[in-house]
Amino acid sequence: MAVAGLKDATAIVGIGQSAFAKHLPQDEKTLACRAVLAALEDAGIAPGEVDALASYTMEETDEVELAKAVGFGDLTFFSKVGYGGGGSCATVGHLAAAIACGQASVGVAWRSRKRGSGPRPWTNTTVQLPTPAQWTRPFGLLRPADEIAMLTRRYMHEYGATRDHLFNVALACRNRANQNPAAVMYERPLTREMYMTSRWISEPLCLFDNCLETDGALACVIVGRERARDCRHAPVYVHSAAQGLPAQHHGMVNYWNDDPLTGPAWTAARHLWKHADFTPDDVDVAQVYDAFTALVPLSLEGYGFCGRGEGGAFTEGGALEIGGRLPLNTSGGGLSEAYVHGFNLVNEGVKQLRGSSTAQVPGAATCLVTAGEGVPTSALLLRN
Amino acid sequence: MLTPVTDGDGAPFWEYAAQGELRVQACADCGEPRFPPRPCCAHCQSFASRWRAVSGRGRIWSYVVPHPPLLPDYAQQAPYNVVVVELEDAPRIRLVGNVVDHAGAALNSLDTQRIRIGARVHVVFADGLPQWVLA
Ligand SMILES: [Zn+2]
Repeated sequence: MAVAGLKDATAIVGIGQSAFAKHLPQDEKTLACRAVLAALEDAGIAPGEVDALASYTMEETDEVELAKAVGFGDLTFFSKVGYGGGGSCATVGHLAAAIACGQASVGVAWRSRKRGSGPRPWTNTTVQLPTPAQWTRPFGLLRPADEIAMLTRRYMHEYGATRDHLFNVALACRNRANQNPAAVMYERPLTREMYMTSRWISEPLCLFDNCLETDGALACVIVGRERARDCRHAPVYVHSAAQGLPAQHHGMVNYWNDDPLTGPAWTAARHLWKHADFTPDDVDVAQVYDAFTALVPLSLEGYGFCGRGEGGAFTEGGALEIGGRLPLNTSGGGLSEAYVHGFNLVNEGVKQLRGSSTAQVPGAATCLVTAGEGVPTSALLLRN
Repeated sequence: MLTPVTDGDGAPFWEYAAQGELRVQACADCGEPRFPPRPCCAHCQSFASRWRAVSGRGRIWSYVVPHPPLLPDYAQQAPYNVVVVELEDAPRIRLVGNVVDHAGAALNSLDTQRIRIGARVHVVFADGLPQWVLA
């Protein structure tokens, strides 16, 4: 069959996950195996049929270990995408590309983390990458929260965005988590008062602007569109996929290019939309990487849901809630479901298009999923 | 406190800073300044570079005020400011640093209420690190 590029050539046919919690007893490798087996079971595909793997950096479970433990067949494609959370969507994109051009037939992407009970990367003072650490860490710009807070302050200054706009993001995520029994924050509502009086992490970011440190694992299974029709669930097609590393970009500390407020989302978005049959106006639901609330308005601008500088205002009037202009992070996202480097956003996109989300958007047919903004990133357009 | 973990490209910056000089890398062929330092020029692809002295005057482009949890040496001084300074004579060069009350003062020596985006600052040096004071 002639296929125009990646468009709808492949589909996600299985998803699986572990529990999410601050502390889980199993180690990362065990969590990875369980999530992968759950995703294959969901797809109705035997482990021996898997011939492709994709993960992203900061994943501690090695491909070799996973393949051996779970009982995969001969692998003919495997890739590991750089820049941590920026690679979540790219794993699916790489597998889609490999399958669409015949390098493999059944792919698995996954993420397994123990960030809830393990060490935080920023506390590691022995392994500092000279670039950019030499230019930031001696001055006490230590954590990702500090690096993003710097952009957030500038963004607020340039465009008049407010803490209420950031609260709108935190609230939408928390409201969806309150509908999701698997979410870490399932039974913990958030109020404006709680937000405004919470402790600072790095001004202008407070506690509730930061994602949850979580233990957990997720995986998904991707196959060609013909094969997808025979699987247990209706296929969720990979309609468009993109990565983005802008010219003169410099990682999460991107104060050193011409325009630090147009991050990798802008680059990924141009490619994503160029290869899509629909536009931002046609997106029914979005899963936007939310390690920090401020990434959401920046991403809404980058992916074309509003104009530059309008991302804060876009969040007003319940736009991100169910029934709003763009229901967002319907599992609770990294802010309130679990921070598993964004892979929960991929699986939640699949649930929405299957009609099985705990916060289902009625009739959802298209979904944008994005990976970490600030770092070199990736994104997917999914459709059913 | 963390000290700079330098690489070959960045080392001259720190060597000049240790002598109390603020210099930035610039292309020796087309003159374009660049930061962070790197082997070649993105404009003309020349590998020839020189370290150009700058005035040490700049403006605050943005700032944050970190609170714990932080590494112990920093937690002791929190809340403190971290700024990004845009250099007056090389506006596309932005340096991360701290605004302090005087050279050698602690990270929290200046009331954070006095820091504003756009405020003028100039460089001072202490223990081989550039610091900034309000101009
Ligand atoms: Zn040059």
